[in-house]
Order: sequence, then C-alpha cells, then structure tokens
Amino acid sequence: MLELRNVDTYYGNIQALKGISIDVNEGEIVTLIGANGAGKSTTLMTVCGVTPPRSGEVYFMGTPIHQMPTEKIVALGLVQVPEGRRIFPTMSVLENLEMGTFLRRDKNDIQKDIDYVFDLFPILAQRRSQMGGTLSGGEQQMLAISRALMARPRLLLLDEPSLGLAPLIIKQIFEIIKKINQEQKTTVFLVEQNANQALKLADRGYVMENGHITLTDTAENLLDNEQVKSAYLGL
Amino acid sequence: MEYFLELSSSGLVRGSIYALIALGYTMVYGIIQLINFAHGEIYMIGAFVALIVSGVLTIYGFSGVSILILAALIAAIYAAAYGYTLEKIAYRPLRNAPRLSPLISAIGMSLFLQNYVLLAQTPDFLRFPALIPDFEFMEPIAHIMGSAELVILVTSAISMVGLTVLIKYTRIGKAMRATQQDMVMARLVGVNVDNVISVTFIIGSVLAAIGGVLVGSYIGQINFYIGFMAGVKAFTAAVLGGIGNVPGAVLGALVLGLTEAYAAGYISSAYEDVFAFGVLVLILILRPSGLLGKAVKQKV
Ligand SMILES: Nc1ncnc2c1ncn2[C@@H]1O[C@H](COP(=O)(O)OP(=O)(O)OP(=O)(O)O)[C@@H](O)[C@H]1O
Ligand SMILES: [Mg+2]
Repeated sequence: MLELRNVDTYYGNIQALKGISIDVNEGEIVTLIGANGAGKSTTLMTVCGVTPPRSGEVYFMGTPIHQMPTEKIVALGLVQVPEGRRIFPTMSVLENLEMGTFLRRDKNDIQKDIDYVFDLFPILAQRRSQMGGTLSGGEQQMLAISRALMARPRLLLLDEPSLGLAPLIIKQIFEIIKKINQEQKTTVFLVEQNANQALKLADRGYVMENGHITLTDTAENLLDNEQVKSAYLGL
Repeated sequence: MEYFLELSSSGLVRGSIYALIALGYTMVYGIIQLINFAHGEIYMIGAFVALIVSGVLTIYGFSGVSILILAALIAAIYAAAYGYTLEKIAYRPLRNAPRLSPLISAIGMSLFLQNYVLLAQTPDFLRFPALIPDFEFMEPIAHIMGSAELVILVTSAISMVGLTVLIKYTRIGKAMRATQQDMVMARLVGVNVDNVISVTFIIGSVLAAIGGVLVGSYIGQINFYIGFMAGVKAFTAAVLGGIGNVPGAVLGALVLGLTEAYAAGYISSAYEDVFAFGVLVLILILRPSGLLGKAVKQKV
C-alpha cells in the first residue's frame, strides 16, 4: 500500500534519510522504532510531502507521490498525526475536528464520524467547545487522533502518540489504535520510541538508526532480537 | 461638546481608513510573519485607478454615486491583481529564506511601485473628484459629520463585518485561521497553503483599495506618495492593536485616529503625529504585544 524506495531526504546540507526503503501492506500495523534524531519524524514528513525527498520514490496504492503537494497526498487518504500533536490552539475541539474534514466532499456523514470519535474518546465530547490549546496533553493526543480519523484515512501515520503521557493513557491510546485498525480496516504506520508497547501492538517493525533502516522483521521476532532488546527495550 | 463630537467623528473617519489598510498588514503578518512594506502602495494604486476610471466615466456621462461604485470596484480588482502578483514574484520565492530577505524585498517593491506611478503619472498632486454626494438627511448634523464621512464609516464597517464573517465561517476563512495557527498542520489536513497566502494578499489589497478610493474622494487630491504615510500610520495601528490580530488592527486604528484628531483639535495639528507615535510608544511599554496581541510564547 505504501512503498518507499531508496529515499534520501535533506535539511539543507544535512542528510536526514539515507536511502531508506519501507513497505506497509494494506490492513497491517507497522511500527518504526529508533532513538532520538534517527529520522523517524522526517520519514513521515517525507511521505506526506512536507519535506519531499531529494531522490528515491514513494508510492501510495501504486501512485507515485514523492513529487505531489501535501494536500493532494492527504486527499489520497494518507493522514498523519504529527509529533507534538499540533492542535490548532485557538480553535475549539469541534473546529479542530472539522479541520480534519477539510477535503471531504461527503458532508452528510460528518456528524456520524463526530459521534464515532466522541464514542472512542468521551472526554472530547465534554470538552467540545473548549479551545484546543487549553486541553491537557492526553486530551490533545486524543483530539489529534480524532482529527485524523475525521479525514477517513486509508493509512494512518502516527508519530509518537505515547510521548509524555501517563501509562494508563498510553494503554488506552494503543487499544484505540488497535480498534481503529480492526474495526475501520485502517492501515497504521506507527512511529514510536516506546518500542516495547509498539512491537506488542504491531504486525511488523523497522528499526532506524542515523537515517538508515538497520533491521526489519515481524514484531514478534524483533521483540526477541538481542540487538533490539539491548538498544530499545532496556533489557 | 459639539467641538468634541466633531473631532470624534473626524477621528473615527481617519481611524476607519487606517483600519482598512491595517487589516492587510496584520493578516499578512499573521500568516507569514512578513511586514509587507509595499502594502501602502497598493492603497495608493487603488486611488489612482479610481481617479482614472472616474475620469473616463465622467466623459461618458455617468454620475456621482455610480462612478464611485464602479471606480471602487475596478480599483479593487486592480489592487487585487497587484497584491496577488506582488506576493507571487517578490515574496513567494523567498518563503524559506532568512526573514530579512523578504523584508528587504518588500521595501524594494514599495520603492519600485512608488517610482513606477511617479513616472507613469506625475509627481504633482492630482485633483480627485468628490464622488460622494451630499445627502439631505445629513443636513442637520453636517457640522459634526458630513455625508462623505458617513459613507466612509459605513463602508469600512461593512467591510470589517464582512471580513469577520469570512474568517469565522467560510471554508477559506477556516483555512486562513488554520494556516495562521500552524502552517505545517494546515497542510497536513489538506489546506493548500499557497492559495491561502494568495487569498490573504488579495483580501488585504481589496480593503486597501477601498480605503484609497474613499480617501481620494474625501481629501480631494492624491499623488504617488500618499501610500507611504498612510502605510506607516496603518502599520502603527496594526502594531498598536497587536500585529497579527484582526480585531486588534481595527481597535488600534480607531485609537490612533481619535488620538490624532484630538491632538490636532485641542493642541495643534503640528503635534498630531507626535501624539500618534507617543501613544504607540506608551502602549508598547505597557503592553509589549499590543492592545489585543497575545504575549509571544517562547518555546524552551
Ligand atoms: N527542520 C530541520 N532542520 C534541520 N535539521 C533537522 C530538521 N528537522 C530534523 N532535523 C534533523 O534531522 C535528523 C532527524 O530528525 P527527526 O526529527 O526525523 O528524528 P526523530 O527520529 O523523529 O527523533 P525524535 O525521536 O527525537 O523525534 C536529526 O538529526 C535532526 O536534527
Ligand atoms: Mg520525531
């Protein structure tokens, strides 16, 4: 469904992605783990056309997207929940959700989808009129995921959804990612530093170091891998 | 008391003209953090286009109000084209350059447009026809507020309400707010940020052109340089209200216009600029981010 082929991405003269190749198949949950500065967020931004690759190719459902503007990529159903949530601070919860539907034509089903995300995260329903910027970190993460769901993604890209959250909330969010994958048949590409939980949730994983993909395997095997254990699982 | 009302009315008129121009500064700044120094020139070009159009229409036998409306319409279209082009050629290529570069480009465009009109037209003041008719119903209060002043106030008010509704409720307005709050995230929900920036320049230019037409008709003369001082004042108003903040620009403009009118009326017109900038300094000392501006959040 998503293919990256020898992708190189630069920030000025600094090369952040060094010839990476990644595949995500329809229906899967695939995780990308790696240390700080490895290039995980850059990978997602490259897929979305925010930091387009200098060389290499990216395909989504067979369509080359590496030269497409971001809004066209989003229109194909590739929706990202970025690092740091990026909630619109002076828009209400409802307005933030509405921004998620920006490219949708089927305006009739929007209310149904709002009900759906309020059902997933009842706290958001209570906060519907509150400004996004005043929500707690956990609530903002729930809103960020909900906003992405409002776009009806085919492939949901999540960048460290567990960052800075309490263990209980992390558990809840991971359960909901699983639920979205199973109920909505949404494919998920999950960037995480929380390798243990990410690998338990995912079908397959990639390990990234310094802009390179150094390892890829089923999540089960990665959990047993000595290298992964010592570097990312703290075992 | 009557003198006070008279000054207040003239202050509000000035203020609403400043507001029409200040909105362009503040909207552009809000979205791309650029001070568009050439914005005052758009206002000036609007006034020139209106002058030329009204000359032509007069020859063809059109009368006052219809000339005013047509002239304003054509001036707005011209200004929109100028604003759109300005962004496209002078600012867009510098979108990722250091912040000083587009600023210098803006100053360059301002000088260029001034001199272009100077060469294409004339350095002299040109007489601008009084296009706004005298209404009979304004007769009793004509010594406090004239018909032209009423038209300026009403037109400005309608423009500002229109802008507020556009920003709050329309699709493009929401895209503008999203882009202003987080440009990357706006792109990630599918907003075409380039279009939003173009539309922002177009809206700002249209408002400035409306201001230019109203002022030309009110003051009765224009030249290539009117955009400079009006631009400085409107920019001051935008900063006063909190740059980037739309209601702030209107409030700042009204405060500025009234300050100038009272200073000119009660002290001397020689001091109006002193007071105008004095108020700016005072407010920036007390509230560094302007009347309605939010304190800049520093990320640590
Ligand atoms: N805007 C930028 N300009 C210059 N360099 C950047 C920029 N953004 C990221 N980088 C660099 O690119 C590299 C990869 O960064 P990236 O944000 O993709 O890492 P990451 O794996 O997401 O890290 P983290 O886990 O800390 O979020 C880093 O060395 C970083 O310093
Ligand atoms: Mg990151």
